[in-house]
Amino acid sequence: MQTTELLQIALYFGLLIILTPLIGGFMAKIFTGEKTWLTPVLTPVEGFIYKLSGVDDREEMSWKQYACALLVFNLLGFLAVFILMLTQAALPLNPQGVTGTSVLLALNTAVSFMTNTNWQAYSGEAALSYLTQMVGLGVQNFVSAATGIAVMVALARGIARKQGTSVGNFWVDLTRSTLYILLPLSLLLAIILISQGVVQSFGSYVQTTTLEGRSQMIPLGAAASQIAIKQLGTNGGGFFGVNSAHPFENPTPFSNFLQVFSILMLPAALTYTYGKIVGSVKQGWTLFAAMLVVLLIVLGVSLWSETQYNSVLQTAHQMEGKEQRFGVANSMLWGMTTTVASNGSVNAMHDSFSPLAGGMAMLNMMLGEVIFGGVGAGMYGMLMFVVITVFIAGLMVGRTPEYLGKKIEAFEVQMAMVAILAPSAVILIGTMIAVLIPQGLSSLNNQGPHGFSEILYAFTSAAGNNGSAFGGLTVDTPFYNIALSLGMLIGRFGVILPALAIAGSLVGKKYTPPSLGTFPTDKPLFVVLLLAVIGIVGALTFFPALSLGPIVEHLLMNSGKIF
Amino acid sequence: MLSQSQSLFDPTITRRAVVDAFSKLNPLVQLKNPVMFIVAVGAVLSTMTVLRDVASGTFSGFTLQITLWLWFTVLFANFAEAIAEGRGKAQADTLRKTRSGSTARLLTQYPSLTEHRVVAAELKVGDVVLCEAGDNIPGDGEVIQGIASVNESAITGESAPVIREAGGDRSAVTGGTQVISDCIYVRITSEQGDSFLDRMIALVEGAQRQKTPNEIALSILLAALSIVFLLAVVTLKGFAYYSEIASGLTNSLLSIPVLIALLVCLIPTTIGGLLSAIGISGMDRLIQRNVIATSGRAVEAAGDVDVLLLDKTGTITFGNRMASEFIPANGVDAKRLAEAAQRSSLADETPEGRSIVVLAKELFGIRGHENTEHQTTFIPFTAQTRMSGVDVGIRSIRKGAADAVIKLVESYGSVFPADVKRAVEDIAKTGGTPLVVAEIVENKAVVLGVIHLKDVVKGGIKERFAELRKAGIRTVMITGDNPLTAAAIAAEAGVDDYIAEATPEIKLKRIRDEQAQGHLVAMVGDGTNDAPALAQADVGVAMNSGTQAAREAGNMVDLDNNPTKLLEVVEIGKQLLMTRGSLTTFSIANDVAKYFAIIPAIFATLYATNGTGALSALNIMRLATPESAILSAIIFNALIIVALIPLALRGVAYKPLPASTLLWKNFLLYGVGGIIVPFVGIKLIDMLVVVLHLV
Amino acid sequence: MKTTLIAFRLFLVMTLLTGVLYPLAVTGLGQGFFSHKANGSVLQGLQNKAIGSELLAQKFDSVIYFQSRPSACDYGTVASSASNKGPTSADLQKTAQERRTTFRVHNNLASDQEVPSEMVFASGSGLDPHISPEAARLQMSRVAKARGCNEEQTQALKQLVERSVKSPQFGMFGIPRVNVLQLNRAVDALR
Repeated sequence: MQTTELLQIALYFGLLIILTPLIGGFMAKIFTGEKTWLTPVLTPVEGFIYKLSGVDDREEMSWKQYACALLVFNLLGFLAVFILMLTQAALPLNPQGVTGTSVLLALNTAVSFMTNTNWQAYSGEAALSYLTQMVGLGVQNFVSAATGIAVMVALARGIARKQGTSVGNFWVDLTRSTLYILLPLSLLLAIILISQGVVQSFGSYVQTTTLEGRSQMIPLGAAASQIAIKQLGTNGGGFFGVNSAHPFENPTPFSNFLQVFSILMLPAALTYTYGKIVGSVKQGWTLFAAMLVVLLIVLGVSLWSETQYNSVLQTAHQMEGKEQRFGVANSMLWGMTTTVASNGSVNAMHDSFSPLAGGMAMLNMMLGEVIFGGVGAGMYGMLMFVVITVFIAGLMVGRTPEYLGKKIEAFEVQMAMVAILAPSAVILIGTMIAVLIPQGLSSLNNQGPHGFSEILYAFTSAAGNNGSAFGGLTVDTPFYNIALSLGMLIGRFGVILPALAIAGSLVGKKYTPPSLGTFPTDKPLFVVLLLAVIGIVGALTFFPALSLGPIVEHLLMNSGKIF
Repeated sequence: MLSQSQSLFDPTITRRAVVDAFSKLNPLVQLKNPVMFIVAVGAVLSTMTVLRDVASGTFSGFTLQITLWLWFTVLFANFAEAIAEGRGKAQADTLRKTRSGSTARLLTQYPSLTEHRVVAAELKVGDVVLCEAGDNIPGDGEVIQGIASVNESAITGESAPVIREAGGDRSAVTGGTQVISDCIYVRITSEQGDSFLDRMIALVEGAQRQKTPNEIALSILLAALSIVFLLAVVTLKGFAYYSEIASGLTNSLLSIPVLIALLVCLIPTTIGGLLSAIGISGMDRLIQRNVIATSGRAVEAAGDVDVLLLDKTGTITFGNRMASEFIPANGVDAKRLAEAAQRSSLADETPEGRSIVVLAKELFGIRGHENTEHQTTFIPFTAQTRMSGVDVGIRSIRKGAADAVIKLVESYGSVFPADVKRAVEDIAKTGGTPLVVAEIVENKAVVLGVIHLKDVVKGGIKERFAELRKAGIRTVMITGDNPLTAAAIAAEAGVDDYIAEATPEIKLKRIRDEQAQGHLVAMVGDGTNDAPALAQADVGVAMNSGTQAAREAGNMVDLDNNPTKLLEVVEIGKQLLMTRGSLTTFSIANDVAKYFAIIPAIFATLYATNGTGALSALNIMRLATPESAILSAIIFNALIIVALIPLALRGVAYKPLPASTLLWKNFLLYGVGGIIVPFVGIKLIDMLVVVLHLV
Repeated sequence: MKTTLIAFRLFLVMTLLTGVLYPLAVTGLGQGFFSHKANGSVLQGLQNKAIGSELLAQKFDSVIYFQSRPSACDYGTVASSASNKGPTSADLQKTAQERRTTFRVHNNLASDQEVPSEMVFASGSGLDPHISPEAARLQMSRVAKARGCNEEQTQALKQLVERSVKSPQFGMFGIPRVNVLQLNRAVDALR
């Protein structure tokens, strides 16, 4: 690795630590209703939105009402994308004249964008009209991210409120997330990205003749606006098929830095927001620290692995699937960031990563997308592990466990385990079915352990609502479209609903003030315990699967075996 | 009887437990514990495989051994539970003997004394029975008339008889106890089968044992973990199928017994197998300290308690004020004061009076018999005079409260000395009781000085409270004393807070206030007026000597009537939770090593070059063969249950430390230890397996 | 029912806000300030005809041009793709070996000459416009020879190659690289 690459990685984490309290604090103010510098500008807009939609912003919801509102709203989003994809041929803003997609592809894509997964079984530049990208996918990029933030805020309220029955108002949380956080940041990022060369145009593709006289079509579209939110909202769905490896999505090393930073910025900042809402920023920093430790470890392993000599391909500088302007280090930084943060956009092809780097990407997702994770989703997912950690640790000190003054009892443990179990079950069962049936195996692009990894990665990505892929797998098939849609739904709502249920249960519990007998959840020891629980519950479940995929491939690669 | 301590593995109990371990193989019993149920099902499946192999002539000793160890795993867990229950059962048997066959003298027309002899079991609530010396009290009840000394050793193990009398706070009697002297009339207050003794038997037997909230939560966690690993193992079969084809293997790597062995190693069998034993032995430890909890929930709550309401008397102080100092008035010899004080107290049989005599002897060597030459008349203490004393010839000695003595002295026209007044005030300020001694000779009153009576705080109690504070538990002293006295004693004993001039209403309110702030409160009580507070407290320990109402209201009864016991109850509660938490951590941490034993073993021939599978690199323990590796893991998994039975029964060591210190300690011991121990254990067993040629 | 109605209305408002107003605003600003880049960074050739985008690789198989990185989709733009071959892929091993040999033969290099990795392996986008400075230098003499350059022209070509090396952006981001299309365009202009 070159010095500049190391410097850049250092800058990355330095900035992350500096901006977390700034942006996190800002977001906390939005959700606690404090004034910010955006308030004077946006409050009238906010009021106008409520008026148009008939929302009473003072209404408080129980967790069930909150969940119900969330589900209905998401269902509408699903229907919008689904219908747009089927009917795009007859709709405006379709200069390339793309046709409607198959029903199953539309189903898969609609589920994928609604669940913040952005799994792409299609190639944007070839299969979607500008209208579908903008009004369908673009909107879901915003509202699915806002949904995640809303759930996290509701859960934080459940913990923070000393006693009550309500966890907030979904409409308000959704609107504020979008209006005050996602929109302004996206607007800013989009403009900078255009300055770097990201396209933003409604014109039709440009016909050119190359120096050697061949004709080349230059694809266009409203890419910058969509890419900005795809990174900030940890959506990850590319405007173009090859995602952020495409020069029009990610033209320069600087645009790359901005985007890879945007991936983690909000999830990281939300740890601070969480701390603010529950009344102790140290609690937020503790979770931040746990997440950072894991990210640094997986980044270290992947960088090490990627720079090892591959005796099959006879190189220690493996550029297959990587872009020259990014190089190996940036590809690893992005690869790890996008998989910890349920983003799923890629600037290099994960399928061609060295086995252990690909394995780390999978592990990141298998941990439940809780290492920073999706916006909001990472935090509420992490809190599920916190519940389990607090429970075990509480028992170890001889006290009914409590977290931030709220007792953790059977119901919380049960819900947290459902939330942890649901995605795991999707990954394991889905992969098993796929490797046993011809419909699963016929999509493979690689053989041997790597083929197994391709399938394992697909279900892992769906269950973790990540959306990145070992792209070789052909996934626009009936089997994968249906199976992965199911996986994405379970991976999303199988966590959201338990998280909201916990919020509802905790909010009604009496607050117990901490004493010396309460073990602190804002100390390094808690970080260690939390990581141990994540490691054991998250990682051990997948040890057998990983050992038949990336681990065995790594060992075989060293002995020069090919498939 | 209950207090007799038993060694962990009493031969009789062990023998019975071995038998019970087999009878607990009943599927209905197994179903109660999802983790062990999975093991049992696995053992059955594995057995069927062995039988099928025998039938088809492909019998392998390896499969048989796995099957046997699976059964052992189930049996060991059953044994752990049985041995925990066994100790309770043995105690229950002894209790039952006291109950059987007793008859009752029923007074059908009380207060008319017509007596009918009936079997105790036929008594109903409200019946009145007569119990005279030598009679067994036929059921729980309340003394409505009379006073008697009762031997309650059947329940408490305490041989000294206790007084039971009508009215007041000592009116409750327990079925199965025996009247030693006098006679009492008892109104039966509980149904047969629901008497105190019955409930105690049920409790120690564990028949009514319900899962506590934490136990339920833990069971859910363990069940969920089992499902996770069940999924991991079942799907592994599919993954392996793909891999076998990819690596060109034609045979299946995963036989059913091997898969089951992997599953059983991964699911938390250690804690699953010991969970109920831990719960039972927690109750058992209480019983050994002569505390009966009406539910496991109460024991658990005791661990969570963070506020203790402690009665000053008996818990913090010895309960009696004792003379600690003679302070003579100006110009009076200290020995003269002591002599007068001693003389006036000779007939005073109260603890205070006796302590004055003792102090005079200690300080000045004044002995009792020196005072017998004159004609003496003792004047007892009355509420009117608030003084006591003695008249010896022409000399009258009076001792009493300062204001009473002032009045007396002034009535003789004398002046109460200012220095004595100051001494009185000083003593009062420090919470002591000043007792002024005056002498009247020939109508002339002289104030001799002051006796300093002091509440003596029990030795070591201050340190104990400091420990509790470190563990995050606040202590609140309850006393009927005035605020001044209370403050002084509170400071000396090192409690965090105190309630002076406490009434039952104040106590109740305090408990409610603490609870409203989210605290869990424990208290000790005995009198009827304590009942509401006992019921309100999260943990209410009633003294066995107390009223029936108090015993009903609390959720624990202390048979020894020792209020200090509350501290031990809290410790046992904490220990119970800690044992569960620590063994859970240990159990899950073990999985790391088991993976490294089994995964390389089952895939030993996968993607092989030169006969060595690629995944053999994961065999970091260098276990001899795939078979020995799998066998070692499953043997370790079974034996660790047995190895941990003593820990489960005794509970992990509890020291009152801040939670974070405690957590570090237990995390290192059971978490990190839980990762290391199986690596060592499995390696050793593997070496043994090789030496013994088991595979 | 009330919930559904609110959801429906709010969804429409959000669609208008984030699906219509937002992209329109970005397009307006982008077209206003960075029109060239917003429209695909299209380069004009010598006859003022669009010869492609400076950001998208083109296929160069003529000996007079510097070659782009290999592309798994043969430089197709609608849609582009990668090989997605894994690290133990037999196909990839074979392809890599062939590309190494071809590169050496094509550029008259020694058979033990290390071929830059990016010339052996296909890019992620299939449209990577860059190669390493090293890869450009290795192709230089072949290009010079094919174009029949004399000593002076060869020197000019050499300087052109060095000039076209882009260092890490702002001294920190990315690694040094050469844009193949811009280089070839400049080479054409050199004549």
